[in-house]
Amino acid sequence: MGNAMKTVVHSAAIIILAATFSGDAVAAGGGAKLDHAGNNVGNTDSLQRGMSNFMNYCSGCHSAKYVRYNTLGEALGLSDDQLIENLMFNADKTHETINVSMRQADAESWFAQVPPDLSLIARSKGVDHIYTFLRSYYAEDASRTGWNNTLVAGVSMPHVLWQLEGIKEPAHGDDHAADAEGGDDGHGDSSSDYTMISAGALTSEEYDQFVRDTVNFLAFISEPVQLQRKQIGVWVMAFLIFFFILALMLKKEIWKEVK
Amino acid sequence: MARAESDVRIGQEKPGLMQWINKRFPLDSMLKEHVTEYYASKNFNIWYVFGVLSMVVLIIQLLTGLFLTMNYKPSAAEAFASVEYIMRDVEFGWLIRYMHSTGASAFFVVVYLHMFRAMMYGSYRKPRELIWIIGMLIFIVLMAEAFMGYLLPWGQMSYWGAQVIVSLFGAIPVLGEPLVELIRGDFSISDITLNRFFALHVIALPLALLMLVVVHILALHEVGSNNPDGIEIKEKKDANGVPLDGVAFHPFHTSKDLVAIVVFMALFFAVVFFAPEMGGYFLEHANFEPANRLKTPEHIAPVWYFTPFYAILRAVPHKLTGVVLMGAAVLLPLFLPWLDKSPVRSIRYKGMITKLALGAFVVAFIGLGYLGLKPSSGLYVLLARILTVVYFAFFVLMPVWSKMDKTKALPERVVYHG
Repeated sequence: MGNAMKTVVHSAAIIILAATFSGDAVAAGGGAKLDHAGNNVGNTDSLQRGMSNFMNYCSGCHSAKYVRYNTLGEALGLSDDQLIENLMFNADKTHETINVSMRQADAESWFAQVPPDLSLIARSKGVDHIYTFLRSYYAEDASRTGWNNTLVAGVSMPHVLWQLEGIKEPAHGDDHAADAEGGDDGHGDSSSDYTMISAGALTSEEYDQFVRDTVNFLAFISEPVQLQRKQIGVWVMAFLIFFFILALMLKKEIWKEVK
Repeated sequence: MARAESDVRIGQEKPGLMQWINKRFPLDSMLKEHVTEYYASKNFNIWYVFGVLSMVVLIIQLLTGLFLTMNYKPSAAEAFASVEYIMRDVEFGWLIRYMHSTGASAFFVVVYLHMFRAMMYGSYRKPRELIWIIGMLIFIVLMAEAFMGYLLPWGQMSYWGAQVIVSLFGAIPVLGEPLVELIRGDFSISDITLNRFFALHVIALPLALLMLVVVHILALHEVGSNNPDGIEIKEKKDANGVPLDGVAFHPFHTSKDLVAIVVFMALFFAVVFFAPEMGGYFLEHANFEPANRLKTPEHIAPVWYFTPFYAILRAVPHKLTGVVLMGAAVLLPLFLPWLDKSPVRSIRYKGMITKLALGAFVVAFIGLGYLGLKPSSGLYVLLARILTVVYFAFFVLMPVWSKMDKTKALPERVVYHG
């Protein structure tokens, strides 16, 4: 095989591998264009803000029933007192998990469905999906909550963050922005697809950051061990490389006599 | 003390524990037969490591599985939560779980490569037909083991994947529906199904796997290993009856295998520690949502290792025919020892026809695997149909093309470059 041929084969192999294993190849959900969340679970400040956002705006209706308060406190550098005084609205002991007190039957009659548990939402839907979702609400008088969403049409959850974001409408009146704008300029900032009717407490950039922090927190609680996992992994790899050298030397020594 | 002395008088060898055992159990002779005096060709290449790697993965699965059962709860109400409990609250539970989930995929990676090695070098040919058949049985049990294991986390894909696959048996005329109910133990996938799949997954199938692996190796050691040249090393022996081209399994092949095991471990743990979901291929995103019988996911796909066969199923418009063809696709390789009419075993001495045919088979298998992950529509269906034809043609027409192929002269001794 010539050098040129080799290069072609190698590049083809790399492209196939990249295509096969690229991020959300088999993610749930349709082909809607998603904005990149750009969150970083290594950023503790962002996680702390995200936890505060979650406890204040989400936890009234959404549980995170596999997540314990003390696990979070430990990982985010918060003391038990800080947790109890500022973040635990619905629990007495720090080893409890994040539950809601709303009854299932009430939830169903109020929202048409029980708000899903959010412990694993970042793993099942993906961070970009949630980031886009929370920034895709618009006012629609005809709907039962007064809100609709360009990513999830007919969404049953109302826009709980409207006081922060403000009230917006799709730029083309009643046209659903997903159908009209989904194409070329869907990446990055999709705020141009909407017109603001009334401003919220946060600017557009502040609101994006608010959502990013919240999504970051959701990504963290979906697998609290993820940072530790990678740290341990580095040591395991280092050991295996060292072990590989020894094993190779042993093999060479033993096979010397085989002619 | 007195007993030890009497042992010295009876036996000729040195006294001690080994001597004591050997009088009561054939430890020495077994070690010789299967380890220190089992001779296999010195020219084994990288394709020959996947057998031992399959055993490594089997051990990983048995050990991690054992620890998972200590905290897992096989009930529809608790299964999903117990997996999250393992992931979050059990010390290093996440590591055990990721090793087990990665191990499932790794098992199929090494087993598929192991089978492909046999196809390349004709390892299924006489006198190794039985090794091949036992190997195929291992593969089928492994598929059942993986399928039942996949239901246990009780996520959306667990539930709906099982629903789709089990309902396939319903396509069988007359017996179909009763058979489906017998498998599920219920009218749909339920707590009852979960319980019986758990029992089969942790007891019946692993036992069957272990026993088949022992038989596979005993059969191998009876006839001796094949090699990349596909010639018998037993035909040329030295004065002591040792094959001239053979080297002892230990320490030669064991030291070589150790290198392969370490490399495999590095790849395996790279996935476990840095990409346990493998982009949704090893752990599907939808499976992080608990099973919900009222909500059918818009796209149901089995895990990657079943998709070649799943694609064949979907390529056929008629349900029963699809099910029959899928079953046939799994079972056809079983007949390879009698389909291959070539006078030589190894691809090294076969001609262009075999190389093209095997190449087409690989393209069909990987292509079908890719298509099985995609929605079944338009061009994908057409491609799946073409590749299904290629897959079956490879086996069905083998008696013809393997005879037509021009082969090269076999060497006297195996080819080995120090």
